[in-house]
Amino acid sequence: MANIRALIVDDSSVMRKIVERCLRQAGITLSAVFEASNGAEGLAVIGNNPVDLILSDINMPVMDGLEFVTNLQASANAKGVPIVMITTEGGEAQVTQALTLGAKGYIRKPFTPDQVRQHVVPLLRAD
Amino acid sequence: MNPDVTTTVPGNGYEQRNEEWRRALYEAAAEVFEMMVGEPVSLQEDTAAAPGATDTTAMVGLAGALCGVLSIRCTTSSAAGIASKMLGEPVQSTECIEQQLDALGEICNMVAGNFKARVEGLREQCMLSVPTVITGQDYCLHSLADNDRLEVALLFQGNPIVLRLEIHG
Repeated sequence: MANIRALIVDDSSVMRKIVERCLRQAGITLSAVFEASNGAEGLAVIGNNPVDLILSDINMPVMDGLEFVTNLQASANAKGVPIVMITTEGGEAQVTQALTLGAKGYIRKPFTPDQVRQHVVPLLRAD
Repeated sequence: MNPDVTTTVPGNGYEQRNEEWRRALYEAAAEVFEMMVGEPVSLQEDTAAAPGATDTTAMVGLAGALCGVLSIRCTTSSAAGIASKMLGEPVQSTECIEQQLDALGEICNMVAGNFKARVEGLREQCMLSVPTVITGQDYCLHSLADNDRLEVALLFQGNPIVLRLEIHG
């Protein structure tokens, strides 16, 4: 799992840094980390930058994570890219909706680095 | 565990609910600090003993089966300590204000989400707002709804952190 280009979408800059740190602790070598503070920014980033992995919060201003995932379907750069939702909103309805829209997994906040590894690494291996 | 609680609503049903919810609040906060900050919080048994010098307040609104506001109050110094632990690098209380506010807002968000996941009927039926953070002490928060209020006082690195759940309905 070398040279992974990751897009991390979260309205908290602190949380984006924690997620990046967890990915590195999971043994994933990141060749590029793109950050966005909401779904609209995330779409703009991915429009110009191919990525191998997307991690997104759900509850964000401007464009939330569910709308972001919905809009990703129209992005050529997002085709086949695993999407993992990271959220405090752990309701089954939201999780089901995110998975239906194309997310491959979800991680509930609070989380440990090991939980990030367990959810993300298999997706990269499968890819 | 017997966190102190302030409530204005009498009756056994409310008392039982409040007892369950204050325990859920404490457990939610304890887990968030343990997992995301990497340092535990401890209970301060008497909320009245909590110093009133907290000057940073993060708030998250709840709507749906539970309407209200969850807030976390602490000192600027504690907010800097929380941000430092979360980021794994020093954050001075007089610098990097945005990181301190961001960290406390995110903690509040996670405590609110973790709290509602622990209370039957709230996980699916209650939504959270994005966090808001207020700095300074000279403000009053007024709600147009009748309030019931729960408080849980914690200590982080020896300094007070106060969780408050304002219940609007």
